Amino acid sequence: MTERPDFAIVGKSARKVDGRALVTGKPVFTADLCLPGTLHVKILGSPYAHARILDIDTSEAEAIPGVACVLTHENTPPTRHTTAGQGAPEPSPYDARMFEDKVRFVGDRVAAVAADSEEAADAALKAIRVEYEELRPVLSIDEALREGAPVVHDERDSTGIYDADRNLVADVDIDVGDVEAGFAGSDVVVETTCETQYAQHAPIETHVVYSYLDSAGRLVLRTSTQVPFHVRRIVARTLGIPIRDIRVIKPRVGGGFGTKQEVLLEDLAGLVTLRTGRPALIRLSRKEEFTSARTRHPMRVRIKLGADGKTGILRAIEMEAVSNTGAYGAHGLTVLANAGSKTLPLYNKAPNAHFYGQAVYTTLPVAGAYRGYGATQGYFPLETAMDELAERLGIDPIELRRRNHIRVGETSPIFEKLGEGREGVEQTLKSCELSRCLEVGAERIGWAEKRGKRLRDGSWVHGLGMSIMMQGSGIPRIDMAAATIKMNEDGSFNLLIGATDIGTGSDTILAQIAAEVLGVPLEEMIVTSSDTDLTPFDVGAYASSTTYVSGTAVLRAAEKVRDQIRAAAAPVLGCDASELRLVDRSVEAPSGERVSLARVCHRAMYESDQFQIAATASYVPTESPPPFLANFAEVAVDTDTGRVKVVRYVAAVDCGVAVNPALAEGQMEGAIVNGIGYALTEEMLLSSRGRVRNPSLFDYKIPGALDVPELEVILVESYEPTGPMGAKSIGEIGINGPVPTIANAIYDAVEIRLRRTPFTPERVLDAIRGASAA
Amino acid sequence: MTITLTINGAHRTLSIEPGERLLDLLRREGCMGVKIGCRAGDCGACAVLLNGRAVNSCLVFAVKADGGEVVTVEGLERDGRLHPVQQAFLDGGGIQCGYCTPGMVIGAVDLLSRNPDPTEDEIRKGLAGHLCRCTGYVKQIRAVRRAAAAMRGER
Repeated sequence: MTERPDFAIVGKSARKVDGRALVTGKPVFTADLCLPGTLHVKILGSPYAHARILDIDTSEAEAIPGVACVLTHENTPPTRHTTAGQGAPEPSPYDARMFEDKVRFVGDRVAAVAADSEEAADAALKAIRVEYEELRPVLSIDEALREGAPVVHDERDSTGIYDADRNLVADVDIDVGDVEAGFAGSDVVVETTCETQYAQHAPIETHVVYSYLDSAGRLVLRTSTQVPFHVRRIVARTLGIPIRDIRVIKPRVGGGFGTKQEVLLEDLAGLVTLRTGRPALIRLSRKEEFTSARTRHPMRVRIKLGADGKTGILRAIEMEAVSNTGAYGAHGLTVLANAGSKTLPLYNKAPNAHFYGQAVYTTLPVAGAYRGYGATQGYFPLETAMDELAERLGIDPIELRRRNHIRVGETSPIFEKLGEGREGVEQTLKSCELSRCLEVGAERIGWAEKRGKRLRDGSWVHGLGMSIMMQGSGIPRIDMAAATIKMNEDGSFNLLIGATDIGTGSDTILAQIAAEVLGVPLEEMIVTSSDTDLTPFDVGAYASSTTYVSGTAVLRAAEKVRDQIRAAAAPVLGCDASELRLVDRSVEAPSGERVSLARVCHRAMYESDQFQIAATASYVPTESPPPFLANFAEVAVDTDTGRVKVVRYVAAVDCGVAVNPALAEGQMEGAIVNGIGYALTEEMLLSSRGRVRNPSLFDYKIPGALDVPELEVILVESYEPTGPMGAKSIGEIGINGPVPTIANAIYDAVEIRLRRTPFTPERVLDAIRGASAA
Repeated sequence: MTITLTINGAHRTLSIEPGERLLDLLRREGCMGVKIGCRAGDCGACAVLLNGRAVNSCLVFAVKADGGEVVTVEGLERDGRLHPVQQAFLDGGGIQCGYCTPGMVIGAVDLLSRNPDPTEDEIRKGLAGHLCRCTGYVKQIRAVRRAAAAMRGER
């Protein structure tokens, strides 16, 4: 491990810079500050999974007092676009329109009403008369792929669809070595297929946007988004207005988890404001959030592993994934590709690998980005199969992983073959403490003492399971982040960043990085994030990019400013600039003589050699160093009812240097608990006609405080030489752990292999009974 | 119709709409710390103290607050000093996006007013009606324990 320098600010669990405003309930979220005269916008959703709109009559709705405008496919721009907030050109198809004469899922946009009050808007929605021609729906992956299936996107003006006539959004096929030869040369081969469900992000703040015109008549969108700059670009395209006429402001965001990487409402609010000249608010109800926002792609993934019988070293891995992207192809290709690209390099000992995948359209809720982004779906079968392989080989599951996982100085051909929907980027690992994660985690969970013991407590049987994984730190050669730092004459600094704090604490850790370089305490950093008029570009908060990519941009901007400060202080201290260092709000000469930062900036502003001390720096990463995670769970399974309880969960994570340990732990804790919900209780239930049957937080069960196990996160720090202050990103990785870890623990307890999430009492009991009947 | 109530210590006479919820009344009156998460009593983001007890303000008709005393998260500070629960959330990493925080803090204040020395299980039960999607509750539970200790004068 490369030596970690001593830090003054980095590595400390500083309080969040926005924490005080949040804990005192200040009006800092999108819907908290609305102007008088604001229009309330409501959306009419399709009652059918698949239908054509033959006629739409809005005359009655328009006549309702207080209604300012009604929008349908007849009076809105028809430009095809994607709602996926990705870098340009987006690797998602342009298959969406603001409104269309065809609807493709229950809840798809049919019309929208803007009115003085919510009541008037609701009344107007009810007054819209729509004549539909129902079409045959496509309600599963198998139906989508069937010969003669209804074509979900039969329009001819959509672009970027792999094969619209066969409902194929995307198709990925990559080969390393010769996988068939690899299996032929393997002593032991295991094969398993796992299926995952429709699940939702469920941020406590639903999607919400507020729009108004500024004094120059430009459109301002204050929106709860992860991707302000992509919002600006996509809205400009969709509405056909110049980028210069749009300003996007990201206030505090009440949780994202990927669903706010989607441009769902901004076009609509913007058009209402442009048409009426009035401010407009759109806030999805909780029901709309469930039916019309985004979900995790349900997938069916088959994995096949071949290994040497003695050593357990893998000879071949094959993964075949089919992904259901729902009615629109947002993130369809990239989530599919990541099911392989974020999982297979972990086991780089296998010289032969094959990944094959298809993403299909259905007339079901739309999938999109969701923390974990395909890796979550890929690790379930991969880590299940590794567990099966360990059993077949008679090798401890930890030992099997230890023998096969990637290490420092090593690479995987997958890095280069498979990237973000195209070829990837070659990289050699410079930090990896996965072996230590395994060691520490096994020790903490009591692996040696408790594994395989099947301890009983009445009808409850205990078991232990584990899994390992990696993710990435941003998207190499695609993601871009920039930061501007300018100095004030009291020695404080404005840190202007496009990086998008959605609750993760990125404003805080980026300020810590800058403060470290500039030799000041955190309170001297004034953070402004994500305003397209005021801050430089950043792709936004996704792909575990902020700490690593935006963090490096901040580091570079801070270094430039530091150098300017040194140069400005050199004549004062009578030394060469290169001899000076910044410490304790001062510039210090080798003699120990100091001049305060305030003095240096005051001089630069008002006295001599006057200039603004300020700099901007950008960063485009050339690699994506993975964080690594070892998960361990103790579960109890009730053999009478099939209930599964997670008793204890230990997660040992290699995050590089933790810039702010409390916030890093918080990322892990939140992701793991979200993953436990995905493993045990969370599932969007769909009716036989494609309607979401449980669109509420009462019926869709996300974990509450009573559902959380004893949870221990251990930061096993490494030093990533390419990262800012040695850091890597860990926003996503934790969510991948619970499904395979709990599945493997259930097997240890009751010898059943669960291959379909979530592991509800019904499924567990069925499996137990099936096993005992066999 | 008109009702009279106290909001964060200020006596107010307010006209309300028939069927108006306390949640909407409070936001209309500028208490934006009262958050909208579900409007169905499932998430706890809109919790306020009504006559000293935490309620989901989305489930309470505004008229039910007539003659009562409401405290929202904005009313917990004293002379610029945070309530110990707020301070513990801020110090201990109990806040991520902060959208559930006001309701969660109100729930914890209610719990500690009834039970100044709760066990971890009692804290979990006390917070069970407040959903958080960011934190995994670990640091929030710990923050409530620390706040309880601070309020008992143990720190």
